[in-house]
Amino acid sequence: MTQKPLVPQVRTVGIDGILVTFADKMSEDANRAALALRSEIENLNWNGVEETSTSLASTYIRIDTAKVTHADISNLLRQVLDARDWHNAPLPSGRKLWRVPTVYGTDLAPQLDETAKVAGFTPEEAIARLSRTRVRVLTIGFAPGQPYLGPLEPEFDIPRLKDLTPMVPEGALVLAISQLVLFSGPKPTGWRHVGQTAFRCFRPEAKKSFALNPGDEMLFEPITKEQLIEIQSKNSDGSGGAICEDIDT
Amino acid sequence: MSLLVHSVGPACTMQDLGRPGFLDQGLSRSGAADQLALYEGAALLGQNPGCASLEMAGMGGVFEATQNIWIALTGAPMFASIDDNPVVWNASHPLLKGQQLTIGAVQQGNYGYLHVGGGFTTNRFLGSRSAHLTADIGEAVKVGDKLRCNPVTGDAAVKLHTANRFTGGTLRVVPSFQTPLFDKTILDRFARTEFERGARANRMGMQLDSEGEGFSAKGQLNILSEVITPGDIQMTGSGNPFILLPECQTTGGYPRIATVIPCDLPRAAQTPTGAKVQFEFVSLDEALILQGAYLTELSKLPSRVEPLIRDPYDIPDLLSYQLISGMVSANE
Repeated sequence: MTQKPLVPQVRTVGIDGILVTFADKMSEDANRAALALRSEIENLNWNGVEETSTSLASTYIRIDTAKVTHADISNLLRQVLDARDWHNAPLPSGRKLWRVPTVYGTDLAPQLDETAKVAGFTPEEAIARLSRTRVRVLTIGFAPGQPYLGPLEPEFDIPRLKDLTPMVPEGALVLAISQLVLFSGPKPTGWRHVGQTAFRCFRPEAKKSFALNPGDEMLFEPITKEQLIEIQSKNSDGSGGAICEDIDT
Repeated sequence: MSLLVHSVGPACTMQDLGRPGFLDQGLSRSGAADQLALYEGAALLGQNPGCASLEMAGMGGVFEATQNIWIALTGAPMFASIDDNPVVWNASHPLLKGQQLTIGAVQQGNYGYLHVGGGFTTNRFLGSRSAHLTADIGEAVKVGDKLRCNPVTGDAAVKLHTANRFTGGTLRVVPSFQTPLFDKTILDRFARTEFERGARANRMGMQLDSEGEGFSAKGQLNILSEVITPGDIQMTGSGNPFILLPECQTTGGYPRIATVIPCDLPRAAQTPTGAKVQFEFVSLDEALILQGAYLTELSKLPSRVEPLIRDPYDIPDLLSYQLISGMVSANE
């Protein structure tokens, strides 16, 4: 089933923001369009653009209204939007693939079994599917450096829990609505805790404080609880044993 | 050198103009809740408004300088004294080595600011000294802290007249990208309603209460999480508005009915519990003119300071001043 993509909507955010929205629901191509447009605007380096970011299906541009007008930027933006079909744009270059050692289930991630059941899989099958799905950093938010990852297979489009889990630790991998979130700090959540890593997304003490960028990809590769304990014992850099590769484009 | 903290209220943090530029990493800008107070402090001390100051929510503390420094007090007025002699708010003062500066409870508004000559020189993170407690950046100032600063002194105490922004009032708002999710009747009622600031408030945001039913968007629960800007007025599930402040999240799924324009954010942040607030929609063009005028005012603040003349009646130790030294004999 294919849906005709929306014509990108251009709207204002407060007095100094411009938002380009590619879809009113999360979709892989709308997210790709948002990432590609942001990259293009960063490369064009327009005068008066102070900051850009992406949400699940939109690109955000903040301008200095003392330097440029909304009309100036809207005109430039219209030309860029009309120049190509952004829903079919390739992802930007310079992205990374992260392979993150992950314990699925056990007492470290106690909601794997029920998640598998809700998705209609055995726990083993759920682990196999989750660990071979290369997910994209769709956006970063809710807490510093914390990625929303997806999309997962449609079977994992399961609702959030009604009752919050009081606290999941840093490095927790939680699942809902065909997405994963890798928690950057201990926080309560309504998502199901399916995996545990020693990967720290936010490293305020390090020179590079944020590990990930929107558009990066991640693979959560299964290890045992003993292996994770071993990784945690020598994790001063916060990488949690992850291996990082450049994605060739 | 440093400013010693002998006692301190529960919600005092170091703040400057914040840390914009990290929305893509889920980090909101933080910075002073009342940025006008930073510009006022900088004008009083003749320095850059980017200097870091101590933001004091509701209650100050007792501080002692390890060397002679100059201070300025701005924002929500609080009871303040130096070695038991009351000092004027919205003014600069010398604080001599060993003297105790006592800043008490807020009299109006929420956030008072203590500035020092040269600004506090506490650690920077990503270009800013602002704490962002919800992001685990920095921490609240506590008893025993030594807040680093420079031995920068001034030569004359000055004061600044400021308009009242500490008792609520009208906040100008612009429609934002989610405003059309609300029916016109809801928007009209929103603009007519007199709100009261609720008890739930911190640097992330403040709740507003009103009589009657809430203000819900169409399809309230199925909105894709989208970018937030400070000043956004978010409607929670119950239809209660929250004005989002410098430590707000960077994205959110609750719809936002409008955005308070930046020049009115100091007034919003300083609205105390129980005070009345109303919203007035203005167009984007009007808002940009208002904001431009505000920025011009900020740039003129340094020229508006005036000498602080102490009334002799306010000087309890008048007799200790050597008022006649250096006088020549009446016979000569």
